[in-house]
Amino acid sequence: MELRICHLYPDLLNLYGDRGNVTTLVRRAQWRGISVRVIEARLDDPVDPDASDLFFIGGGEDRQQRLAAPDLRDVKGPALREAAQAGAAILAVCGGYQLLGHYYRPADGPDLVGLGVLDLHTVHPGPGSRRIIGNIVVREAGAGRILVGFENHGGRTHLGPGARPIGTAIVGSGNNGQDRGEGAVWRSVYGTYLHGPLLPKNPWLADELVAAALRRRYGNTAGGVALEPLPDVEENRAAAAAAGRAGARGLSWH
Amino acid sequence: MRAWGRMREAAAIAAARLAASLSRLTRMGGGTTLPGRIAAAISPGLVAGLSSRLARGVVLISGTNGKTTTARSLAEILEAAGLAVVHNRAGANLLSGIATALATHATLRGRMRGEVGLFEVDEATLPAAVAATRPRVVVLLNLFRDQLDRYGEIDLVAERWRRALAVLPPESTLVYNADDPLVADLCRDHAGPVRAFGLEEAPLSEGRTLEHAADARYCYRCGRPYEYTLVTLGHMGHYRCPGCGAARATPQVCARGVHLHGADGASATIVADGTAIPVSTVLPGLYNVYDVTAAASAALALGIAPAAVGRGIAATAPAFGRGERVDLGGREALLLLAKNPAGFNEVLRTVLLAEASPVVLIAINDLIADGRDISWLWDVDFEMLRDSARAVVVTGLRAEDMALRLKYAGLGAERVIVERDGGGALDRARSLLREGERLYILPTYTAMLHLRRILARRGAVRGFWKD
Repeated sequence: MELRICHLYPDLLNLYGDRGNVTTLVRRAQWRGISVRVIEARLDDPVDPDASDLFFIGGGEDRQQRLAAPDLRDVKGPALREAAQAGAAILAVCGGYQLLGHYYRPADGPDLVGLGVLDLHTVHPGPGSRRIIGNIVVREAGAGRILVGFENHGGRTHLGPGARPIGTAIVGSGNNGQDRGEGAVWRSVYGTYLHGPLLPKNPWLADELVAAALRRRYGNTAGGVALEPLPDVEENRAAAAAAGRAGARGLSWH
Repeated sequence: MRAWGRMREAAAIAAARLAASLSRLTRMGGGTTLPGRIAAAISPGLVAGLSSRLARGVVLISGTNGKTTTARSLAEILEAAGLAVVHNRAGANLLSGIATALATHATLRGRMRGEVGLFEVDEATLPAAVAATRPRVVVLLNLFRDQLDRYGEIDLVAERWRRALAVLPPESTLVYNADDPLVADLCRDHAGPVRAFGLEEAPLSEGRTLEHAADARYCYRCGRPYEYTLVTLGHMGHYRCPGCGAARATPQVCARGVHLHGADGASATIVADGTAIPVSTVLPGLYNVYDVTAAASAALALGIAPAAVGRGIAATAPAFGRGERVDLGGREALLLLAKNPAGFNEVLRTVLLAEASPVVLIAINDLIADGRDISWLWDVDFEMLRDSARAVVVTGLRAEDMALRLKYAGLGAERVIVERDGGGALDRARSLLREGERLYILPTYTAMLHLRRILARRGAVRGFWKD
């Protein structure tokens, strides 16, 4: 069995330790005896929608986002849309998250048109406005699992009816600082403001992405798609410590 | 100045000096910030007034990494040349720290005891510091991602520097790092005198490629990726944009023949104006070669003789926590501040150059002065330790995050020891050392201060304000 990961713009959208997410996906698959192939897709590189089952896009500053946006839309967009429709997993963080929506309106300059894979748009409220910065703890909608991380964004994201938030911010602001929603999900496409190394401390989400990617390639019947649990001792300790630093206590860990 | 202004200035100086004395007597702290805040509140024009009375002018030093060490090295050079220096030596690098240094070196009549001002300046404070001091020389070292939670984005810091350079008096000399594409891009339109510095070669750089942490991969003019013929440190090196041709300019001051001696220092030849100055330093690592080259460039811009440059660099001792050697119950420990990805990678390289299978203590805090966001740990190449480190003791407020990072870097749990308590972590690491081995302590800023306080209680180091 092979997990095929496509890391989009590894050298351009890599602001806050984003590659920690790819490292986590790779290791967690390997620890289960699954071989992994990582394909890096930079500016101008085309993407083959059948060659990868899991796509990762990190965050960047406005300057980098402006470089990536037209390439994402024109060079890689059709393939990514096709892959997402066909059940591939996508994780997009911060700037990448914003670019998966319909558009991003920066503090100055013209709108950046996004992919529209997620039904949302993002508006920067202006150069003088407060950035949303700090530790964040999110309770997942539904199963109630916990996500911990750090958010740092100027843009405010608003979801349309075609996407639902990943969860509710218990500590911190989330998408827009108003409705307490954090992130967006549609099929196996996840976008979030929990930037940088989100997956190391939230291994359940890493495993969900890996499982979705394997399902797409091997189907539910291929056997072995249900991932063996890992001990996650260090993961859970780090998540608990981070939640404690964020000011959330007494949460249970999965 | 009118009599009223004089009186206010005298009152401000008196208040600052009193506050500094009280702060030390009551052991409230180093007395490096509060006195200046009080003085500036009494006399808002104090910094401008006092700095204008320094006979040889003011030097400002800014950049993400190396401010303290560069300032120390330049202070040694100036003192070797016989100049009396007014210096915010303890690293209080906001306007309040500059005001403290000036006020505590002034007589009540406002005469300066010192001929030249030497101030390290926080990146974000640079525009205000330039406006207040009208410096004779500004030294710009580098721009790395650091504390993004505080500054937002590196481009915002760059924008502040652009504003600072716009108000720099035209007769001021700009000393800048030619090897840093972002810094060089900011400086290339400066109309006044410039003295760029850079490294002509770098040991261990053969085949070295840009790190994950590199910040300036794409041309600041046209957006194409830079091509490098030499990568020295982080995103610094010999670069050229294949799109618009923007490229590293040949610097006026260059370091050649660079040799790194592990944790024991480095040597090089600094070439400027047709003169070759051999220099050697006890400061370890390539980043310190950049720092002493920057200090030499600034000294030459002030007209200091080459002999004093060499003597000053040789006399430069490590600043607190930056290559400082401390006693750990009969064993040596080396404190190497590591506060952002580029700096941390360089510190790891320095450790591994010194020791084949080191015992390392890593202390990670997430307080404001460290940056509250520790995502950057995933941009540091801790994978370097995988095949070599005998043990890594982790401590600090985010010790668990560090342990997790090491797990994904391939270090098994048997080599990673989590010890939240700083004193306990020091003891644990000490117990792992073999005869003749040295401990490498890699802390973030406040973790360094914390460990230093513990070591000071044990009599191993001095308070930083006495330093």
